[in-house]
Amino acid sequence: MTDHAHALELGTSTGIDSRKLAIWTFIGSECLFFASLISNYLVHKETWLTGPGPFPHEAWTSPSGQVFEPIIEIPLVTLGTALLLFSSLFVVLALANAQRGNRRGLLTWLGATLLCGVFFVGMQVYEFTHFVHKGLTLKTNLFGGSFFVLTGFHGTHVTIGVIWLLTLWILAWRGRLTADKSLNLEIAALYWHFVDVVWVVIFPVVYLIK
Amino acid sequence: MSLRTTARRPSRRWVPLLSLLVLLAAACTPEHYPQTALLPLSDFARIGDDIQDKTLYWATGVFLLVEGALLYAVFRFRGRPDDPEPRQVHGNTTIEIIWTVIPALILAAIAVPTVRGIFQTNAIPKGDVLRIDVVGHQWWWEFRYPDLNLTTANELHVPVGQTVSLHMGTADVVHSFWPPRFAGKRDVFPNRETRLWFKAEQAGEYPGQCAEFCGIQHGRMAFRVRAQTPEEFQGWVSHMQTLGAKPAGAAAAPAAPAAPAADSVRTATAGGTVAGAPQDSAYAAGEKLFMTKGCVGCHSLVAVNAPKGMVGPNLANVGARTYIAAGTLKNTDENLAHWIMDPQGIKKGVLMPNLGVTAEEARSLVAYLRAHQ
Amino acid sequence: MATTALDQQRAHAKAHAEPTGLWSWITTVDHKRIGILYGATAFTFFLLGGIEALLIRIQLGAPNNTFLAPDTYNELFTMHGTTMIFLAIMPLSAMFFNYLIPLQIGARDVAFPRLNAFSYWVFLLGGLFLNVSWLFGAAPNQGWFGYANLTSRQYSPGLNVDFWMLGLQILGVASLAAAVNFFTTVLNLRAPGMKLMRMPIFTWMSFITQVLLLLAFPVITVALILLMFDRFFGTSFFVPSGGGDPLLWQHFFWIFGHPEVYILILPAFGIVSEILPVFARKPLFGYAAMVFSGIFIAFLGFGVWAHHMFATGMGPIADTYFSLVTMLIASPTGVKIFNWLGTIWGGSIQYKTPVYFALGFVAMFIIGGLSGVMHASPPADMQQTDTYFIVAHFHYVMFGGSIFGLTAGAYYWWPKMFGRVLDERLGRWHFWLMLIGFNLTFFPMHILGLNGMPRRVYTYPEGLGFEQLNLLETVGAFILAFSFAIFLINIWKTSRGPRNAPADPWNAATLEWAIPSPPQPWNFAEIPSVHARDPLWEAKRERGGPLPEPQRVSGEGIHMPNPSYWPLVSALGLTAMMAGLMLIHHLGPWGIIAGGAVLLFGIFNWAFEPAG
Repeated sequence: MTDHAHALELGTSTGIDSRKLAIWTFIGSECLFFASLISNYLVHKETWLTGPGPFPHEAWTSPSGQVFEPIIEIPLVTLGTALLLFSSLFVVLALANAQRGNRRGLLTWLGATLLCGVFFVGMQVYEFTHFVHKGLTLKTNLFGGSFFVLTGFHGTHVTIGVIWLLTLWILAWRGRLTADKSLNLEIAALYWHFVDVVWVVIFPVVYLIK
Repeated sequence: MSLRTTARRPSRRWVPLLSLLVLLAAACTPEHYPQTALLPLSDFARIGDDIQDKTLYWATGVFLLVEGALLYAVFRFRGRPDDPEPRQVHGNTTIEIIWTVIPALILAAIAVPTVRGIFQTNAIPKGDVLRIDVVGHQWWWEFRYPDLNLTTANELHVPVGQTVSLHMGTADVVHSFWPPRFAGKRDVFPNRETRLWFKAEQAGEYPGQCAEFCGIQHGRMAFRVRAQTPEEFQGWVSHMQTLGAKPAGAAAAPAAPAAPAADSVRTATAGGTVAGAPQDSAYAAGEKLFMTKGCVGCHSLVAVNAPKGMVGPNLANVGARTYIAAGTLKNTDENLAHWIMDPQGIKKGVLMPNLGVTAEEARSLVAYLRAHQ
Repeated sequence: MATTALDQQRAHAKAHAEPTGLWSWITTVDHKRIGILYGATAFTFFLLGGIEALLIRIQLGAPNNTFLAPDTYNELFTMHGTTMIFLAIMPLSAMFFNYLIPLQIGARDVAFPRLNAFSYWVFLLGGLFLNVSWLFGAAPNQGWFGYANLTSRQYSPGLNVDFWMLGLQILGVASLAAAVNFFTTVLNLRAPGMKLMRMPIFTWMSFITQVLLLLAFPVITVALILLMFDRFFGTSFFVPSGGGDPLLWQHFFWIFGHPEVYILILPAFGIVSEILPVFARKPLFGYAAMVFSGIFIAFLGFGVWAHHMFATGMGPIADTYFSLVTMLIASPTGVKIFNWLGTIWGGSIQYKTPVYFALGFVAMFIIGGLSGVMHASPPADMQQTDTYFIVAHFHYVMFGGSIFGLTAGAYYWWPKMFGRVLDERLGRWHFWLMLIGFNLTFFPMHILGLNGMPRRVYTYPEGLGFEQLNLLETVGAFILAFSFAIFLINIWKTSRGPRNAPADPWNAATLEWAIPSPPQPWNFAEIPSVHARDPLWEAKRERGGPLPEPQRVSGEGIHMPNPSYWPLVSALGLTAMMAGLMLIHHLGPWGIIAGGAVLLFGIFNWAFEPAG
């Protein structure tokens, strides 16, 4: 991943590694991506109650008398959220170990991060399946559409993060993620933190605010 | 010695060019354009026009000044390679401030009438207001007068001197309603009512058209505004209100135009008062065809209590309209017949299918429709 | 003779470092070659968009014309707009970003050379993806703005909108990747001593453009994703029958769309701001004011989107806000124009082709700017919007502005890029015909628009008075097209001449002119150190005359990135994914999975190959 002709020889004008600067830039751009998706969710929140249910926080009775209970389940998602937040801590510990060249600590904490990420994705897969069984699909109503698209794209980001961190974990396991290459992990960690922070916004917007 | 010839030759040579210039100069006056936005005929249109004039004056002034300065510099500071290096100036803060502040002041001069105009145009008209519901369709306009219980299509009748309040929407995609002589555009949306209002100042017939791209036939989605004196408008309303569930033509087609609105006199002769026996038989045949060929599936022939949600324009007074197919063709018998036989050839993609109507059948249908004035 | 020595030296340098042949272009990661690829591709698309425009003009040359069927016309105007914006002006600007930013800041390449190649390949494939639609008889036909709900499955059942939506999505990836790259490059790879406020103005304007790209493109990406879900997976974000709101699309589109306008014009601002000082032999007037007005314009550009929507009836408060902020933008724009005037004022203008185009840019852009102020006022804009007045306005900005600026840049940097100075006489013919043709085509549109001619109509009836000026515009369009034929002849003629351009043919001020024309792969044998804003002028002043012609060196010991084909593989994977998405109802998810696998494979190999 070392892809910079100039910086190798000369250092950079800002003193920040170019890859690190690039990932920050990318994250800045991603903020607008998620801001747009969240806006889309909030805009439709004002109108979707007219459509057919189910809804996140409100019960809904169909014209034929079928009752749809509020659909979201906060406890499970709270657990997922907590694990995602902890994973941000774990990846910091993994990075600290990587920088000190402690392969064992690196593997442990990076592994813990990965487990949290995998659990989160699993939680989302379970939740999506569960919703579909309860009658909520992309097509059902605007809540379904906005919800699946917003959380789905976040989930995709988490999945990409898991693949990225898994690649690094394998490198570390083979002893190729040495201290001088810890920047590779630092960059992935920045992305991982960002994905967590986005969830910290999405979680209250979707699950807590009625 | 050759003074004379050289003086004359060019003058002859310039004739075509001069006449072309005259033609183009004529093409630069608003009077050349019936659909112009520069000759407002309503209170609403004047608000925008006044602001536009003001901005145009400022813009022209700035244009002359800045382009003049540019041209001056282009000629004045023409240099040669061996000229000495000019004085190296890097900037001047005072000048920067001046040319930031002056445009800002000009903008303020435009902003004040603009804000006033925004609030005026967004105001809800009060008092003696005639409500008209405008519905955009691919690719024609429906006009409903809820207080008068009337429906018509592609020709908006408005009384001079009375404010009309347009409540607008669409049956399908986004369109934009634009009667340039009376008002600027207002987009029409599904599930979202938009408004426009104006008080016409002068009687006459004026063109308008859809201004938001709405599919294959966006280019052929025109309408007419017929501004009428209050008396004429009242006459039109009374006449239209006779076009109830059973069109006047069914029992006595010729009787219908007995009390025609003043503005429909022009075309009334076509299928009206002089209907003889052959006209009657053609009319009867046309009526039968209209019911059996499938026309009724999309077109209503009643102006009063007209059904909503029809795919095609209301035809209750189609015989009296200036254009057919939303401004595509002049409403002559020939064009109407052609249109009935081959709508897809004339207006590709229009929702009216080619129904395999023969020339003979088309003639009958024309006779029938022409009677609907 | 000196020339033979130089030739030998060149041959030597070539043998050592400059690979040739098709494969070397496919695997190149050299920013200069990628720049040339961008330029050649974008110029081809520009000619295609021009042909589309000519067909449109023929159709509109006479009332009730049947030269084009209505559906064909709608495809043509949609593809003309989409092509000119995404496949011509943006990538032509990208050509200059690529070629010039590293040279101007004194770097050997961009921060991520392979990512740069990836951007180009994605752009090329995205452009092809969009245009392949012609072969399927399903070119996009809903307008480049793609207003909902016309774009819904119900009203646009064909593949047309799919091609557009997915094509733009691909192009967005190219733009974002490039923006991350150039943003990092400008911040990180500046030569020692090149502080931000010493950067050449073109680099500055390009840098601002990258910020706009980074912040605007995610918004259109999301809008296109939502549209994609509506069309493919049955959601109703913009579908009224399911509770969606078509107006939401307009907000998303213009939150992207207005900054996009500045994405298209700021690079041209930069080019002209480079050219005017060089040919007036006088530094840029008010450098700091130029930089900050650019930043201010970009900043305000995010707060004015709804001025495209005055006709939607947003209510007086929103109208007032968007109207006033729009007017405010006129202020920094005016500052730019006055500073250009200040730059040539008191100068000693050397009339070469680039300065003709640069001055033409200023003259035309003034008109575009003033008509822009005219529709900042909603009550007036209600009449102007969606008419040919708007078409006139944005062509004065996009053509009179961007294209004049980019053409000026082409003439100015041509010797640097290809080692040959373009012919002066043909260049002037090009300029005058372009200026005349441009004004004949677009000025009458102001008059037609104010007098009631709406946009996007495939024809107009007789009797509305539109005949004469439309015919005049059509004639103008052909003159305009002819001027570009002269440009092509000029390129052809020049390419047959000797490759003898000096390093610094214009007595210029910036670093790219300090190295041989064309530069060697590593740009600078020695990274320069910068002590002033116009480093080359400074050096010449110190020396008391022109600098000696720089020598070509062997480049041994200079570490350069390796060529790579993984960017192309990844780009192919990405495009295959989008194609798979389009065929989802035929292939199921397998097309997407296959494309995704290729993409992943490409990225992994890219990540693990030695970069050099």
